[in-house]
Amino acid sequence: MSSEDMYREFILELYKNPINFGKLEDADLHAESYNPLCGDKVEMYVKLTNGKVSDVKFDGSGCAISQASASLLTEEIKGKTTEQLKAMAKEDILRILQIDLSKNPSRLKCALLSLETLKKALVSP
Amino acid sequence: MLDAEKTKSDFPIFQKRKPLVYLDSAATSQKPTAVLEAMDDFYQNHNANVHRGVYKISEEATERYENARKRIGGFIGTKNEKEMIYTRSATEAINLVMRGYGEKFIKAGGRIVVSVMEHHSNFVPWQRLAEKKKAKLEVIDIDENGELNEEEIKTKIKGARIVAVSHVSNVLGTVNDVKEICKLAHEAGAICVVDGAQSVPHMAVDVQKLGCDFLVFSGHKMLGPDGIGILYGKEEHLEAMDPMLFGGEMISKVKIEKTEWNALPYKFEAGTMPVAEAVGLGAAVAYLEKRGMENIEKHGKEVVAYAMEKLHGIKGITVYGPQKRIGVVAFNLNGIHAHDVATVLDERGIAVRSGHHCTMPLHERLDIPASARASFYIYNGRKDVDALCEALQYAKKVFKV
Repeated sequence: MSSEDMYREFILELYKNPINFGKLEDADLHAESYNPLCGDKVEMYVKLTNGKVSDVKFDGSGCAISQASASLLTEEIKGKTTEQLKAMAKEDILRILQIDLSKNPSRLKCALLSLETLKKALVSP
Repeated sequence: MLDAEKTKSDFPIFQKRKPLVYLDSAATSQKPTAVLEAMDDFYQNHNANVHRGVYKISEEATERYENARKRIGGFIGTKNEKEMIYTRSATEAINLVMRGYGEKFIKAGGRIVVSVMEHHSNFVPWQRLAEKKKAKLEVIDIDENGELNEEEIKTKIKGARIVAVSHVSNVLGTVNDVKEICKLAHEAGAICVVDGAQSVPHMAVDVQKLGCDFLVFSGHKMLGPDGIGILYGKEEHLEAMDPMLFGGEMISKVKIEKTEWNALPYKFEAGTMPVAEAVGLGAAVAYLEKRGMENIEKHGKEVVAYAMEKLHGIKGITVYGPQKRIGVVAFNLNGIHAHDVATVLDERGIAVRSGHHCTMPLHERLDIPASARASFYIYNGRKDVDALCEALQYAKKVFKV
């Protein structure tokens, strides 16, 4: 996959202007993950209402893949139940990112950092 | 400058992988045919365990293992084989000094001095030792130029017991004046441990001239194989030290009640050592000697100077470290994360490292989460630098910055 295919307009746009970026003071779920390989950092805040995601924000810094993936994930999970969140997997991220990372296992970690953080938040007390 | 394109023909990977602009030799170097053949020859014709058998091939294996030790010792300026300990890596060599010397001689409240530019391998063991022994870890800062703060070198080394510094930074490329640091350490009554992982491959290093107590380096960064490192230590220190690993070969006599250690250097070589790797490192040293370390150093400086000049011409680039340097250039492009830079470069067969390069304290000091790093060796020339700079312009285009 060429760089231009990987870093398409919407990925770059989300990297420069992330959506759902920030903190939630009254979050019900919260966790932070760090990728020691590259220094990517993602913090996730989820507000639940009647068992469903009513608001979500993320904070962090890192490469375009990790940050765009966090924006897309936060957008994707709005309105979902915690059961639905628990069922989310690698394939869901790759689908919303629209990037083939099968030959870039180290970059796959960047892409999955936000999902990993979300999963951590789901089991954190 | 050496003819890098001609040098490439000594390294099979450059014939087999095209395109390959390999700019990550600070992480590991490529291997010349001479090294691959030496190891192949060892396994095909002489393989046996060393110092064990009285039969012919065991004697041959031992001879090759010991000849490599002599050659590598000569390469860094010692004729005393007792001072040349084989380890599995430079990291293991530092850990051996920490465990064998540090744990024995550092007392509570004692001072251990490192610098903020250290590789984690020369930082974490000392931090751990300080924690364990309730000793004090002092960290020499850098100035805005990326060189060690001269004032802090003087003040912090005063009263120290152990000083551990890198000869060349694996991120900034700074060449530290370890000769002077060793002198100051000795005046303070301290020993000086020099991390030569980034210097021994690139310049003539002489332990006598440096006056260091310990020097560590790894084989795989200087054209040799993985899994072999060297700990040079002054005989008196090595004699005083306790072994780190216990087992075969490092003993002279074992009784149920008590065991006596083997003589140097074997006291520190427990278990079957990486014999073929030692032979491979010997062949790597022979290759480097043939090319001449003065020529290699000169070549390295010219390539890195050319890279600095060209990189500075790229708009939005920040290069870290001093102008005068060896081996590496770490940088960031405004608006593109180092990881994304490396991914775009990879599309063109250009291999650079991105991340913190095992120097998180340094990256924190520079206030950056990551950097991209291009590092050069004897098989890199102007053409590789040009390819790098062209690809960085392409990365800027992809990212529209």
